[in-house]
Amino acid sequence: MSIVGVTSRRRIRRIAKGIQGNLLAIPGRLLALIFGILLFLIPAFTSDPYILRFLIFTNIFVIFAVSWDFLCGYAGQVSLGHAAFLGISAYTAALLDTRFGLQPWATIPVGALAGVLGGALIAIPSLRLRGPYFALATLAFPVILTGLIWVFPDVTGGEMGISGLHRLSHSGLTDYYIVLVMTAACVVVMWKLTDARSRMIRTGVILHAIREDEIAARAIGINTVRFKFLAFFVSGFFAGIAGGLYAHTLRVVGPSTLDLFISIQPVIWTVFGGMVTMYGPAVGVYTLYPLMEVLRFVPEYRVLIFAFLAIIILTFMPEGIAVWIRDKIEEECPRCKLANGAWRRYCRACGAPLRLEHAPSSGNSSVVGDTK
Amino acid sequence: MVEEIVITGILNGGIFALLAIGFSLVFGVARIINLAHTAFYMIAAYILYALFDLVGLPIYVAATVALIGSTLTGVVTYKTFIERVREHEVTVLLITACAAMVLQELLFIFFGGTYKGAPTFLPGFAEILGVRVPYQHLFTLVAIVVALLITSMFLYRTRLGLAIRATAQDREIANLMGMHVPRVCMITMAVSILLSSFAGVMIAPIYIMEPTMWMHPLLIVCAVVILGGLGSIKGSIVGAFVLGFAESLVVYLIPTGSFLRGAISMAVMLAVLLIRPEGLFGVAFEEERL
Repeated sequence: MSIVGVTSRRRIRRIAKGIQGNLLAIPGRLLALIFGILLFLIPAFTSDPYILRFLIFTNIFVIFAVSWDFLCGYAGQVSLGHAAFLGISAYTAALLDTRFGLQPWATIPVGALAGVLGGALIAIPSLRLRGPYFALATLAFPVILTGLIWVFPDVTGGEMGISGLHRLSHSGLTDYYIVLVMTAACVVVMWKLTDARSRMIRTGVILHAIREDEIAARAIGINTVRFKFLAFFVSGFFAGIAGGLYAHTLRVVGPSTLDLFISIQPVIWTVFGGMVTMYGPAVGVYTLYPLMEVLRFVPEYRVLIFAFLAIIILTFMPEGIAVWIRDKIEEECPRCKLANGAWRRYCRACGAPLRLEHAPSSGNSSVVGDTK
Repeated sequence: MVEEIVITGILNGGIFALLAIGFSLVFGVARIINLAHTAFYMIAAYILYALFDLVGLPIYVAATVALIGSTLTGVVTYKTFIERVREHEVTVLLITACAAMVLQELLFIFFGGTYKGAPTFLPGFAEILGVRVPYQHLFTLVAIVVALLITSMFLYRTRLGLAIRATAQDREIANLMGMHVPRVCMITMAVSILLSSFAGVMIAPIYIMEPTMWMHPLLIVCAVVILGGLGSIKGSIVGAFVLGFAESLVVYLIPTGSFLRGAISMAVMLAVLLIRPEGLFGVAFEEERL
């Protein structure tokens, strides 16, 4: 399909068709749209500050988890030290706030830039290490930062951390919308950056190429080092935004932001939801974070039940729950690779049959398509 | 001071070596990064404590039961949860991390979060160079050396050890040569957890026991394994002693050193990696150096 010579009217029609074809015809995206609208409307149904605050944290963790997926799923650099980004930017925001009295609109961007700096630091070993070696090496960064916090208690507040930060805004409702809009913006930007089918932004397809075969990517002239650095910068930036929002919502920043558990959590959320998808981490956070909250009623068994559930689900759906659901409600066209609703028998774009009549199971449709 | 540093360094190094060899073996053979590795070390220590202090078995019986019990727990965990998702690398990371958390929480429920200590195997002190060294420390050192020797004998002198090394080198060829790869993986897992449990039984009387005691050694073991080169036994041992001494130096020489003991190991590891990416004794494959 060539895009040369498309007139402007046809372009407008294509955008309108694009909304219909890319948003409404794909059940997964339709569900995501409905869910997003619901989130915008929730304050109309309840003004309970507890629920709003809870949703604020959920949304912050969505940014955090999606930034992990960007680095680890899309760029293929599995990091077990993602808390380093959150911690660096949270501490930066807290120090700027308490020492220099800066407002959140200034501290959060600076915190995000500090996250970028952290990304650059972690990127250096990643250029020399691959796969599991790199994953284990990243465990080091939060530990080193925690060590620094203990060594300089005058600056960092030591075990007590830094407290008394400004609130994001004056009311819980405004906080909610600030965080919600930030989350939506961050997720959309990251989704666009990773969209391998986009014709305007090439990062998605290039990262995909590097992930599949780094040597081949180099051979066709991609500067893999530059794109790996880019992935670290982007992921650090968005995790940094999450860190700044987290600091200003919790209003206390302590060494617990660098815990091993904080590093493991985005991994749990993302893998639970489904890696290398943008919706996977969001589904993971929106499933597991409320679950953790409900389990507060049985505090002794909270982590136990949580971890055990994660194990059980991962054992039977190793690709993640969102991918499992997507495969039930969507069918990829074997010829043009377009997503279709599972109720269709023929592809909505090219008309190819989605399933053969005597196909052994619907999961094999792509294999069947290849043999045709 | 110097003697204390040396003795603590050797002791730490020995424990880390025991843990790191098992970790490295499982990675090499089954391609599993077992984040629950040190959780089994914790389980062994707690079983020893429970059997001796609460049930009242003789200490050597308790130690043996602890070894067997912890290894069985590990193998059952491997069989039920890890083996079927072995192909998904990140899922394995996650499941093992969750398994460690489950074990930690179970210990919290059964024993509470208070600090525990197990009794010594051998009470008393020896005078070495004017320093009073508990017999327990010497006993641990000897036991570690024996365990390391037995492990290397097993790996280099038996047919099973040969199978394990062959599978680590090339899984497909090993399979073609008639080795039952899943079974070799399971045996490696069992050996690795046995080593880890042995370390746990040995440190139970020396270190303080609490349900989060698995985290610090896990970080160190990761550092040791990368420092020495994944899959290299010699590298694991050397790396373990390097970091063991680094840790004891920091703890004894810097006033707030005990907070820094994790950080210093990580810093040493990163420094080595920047100079030699494949670790001290690791073999760099062309494909892996990018």
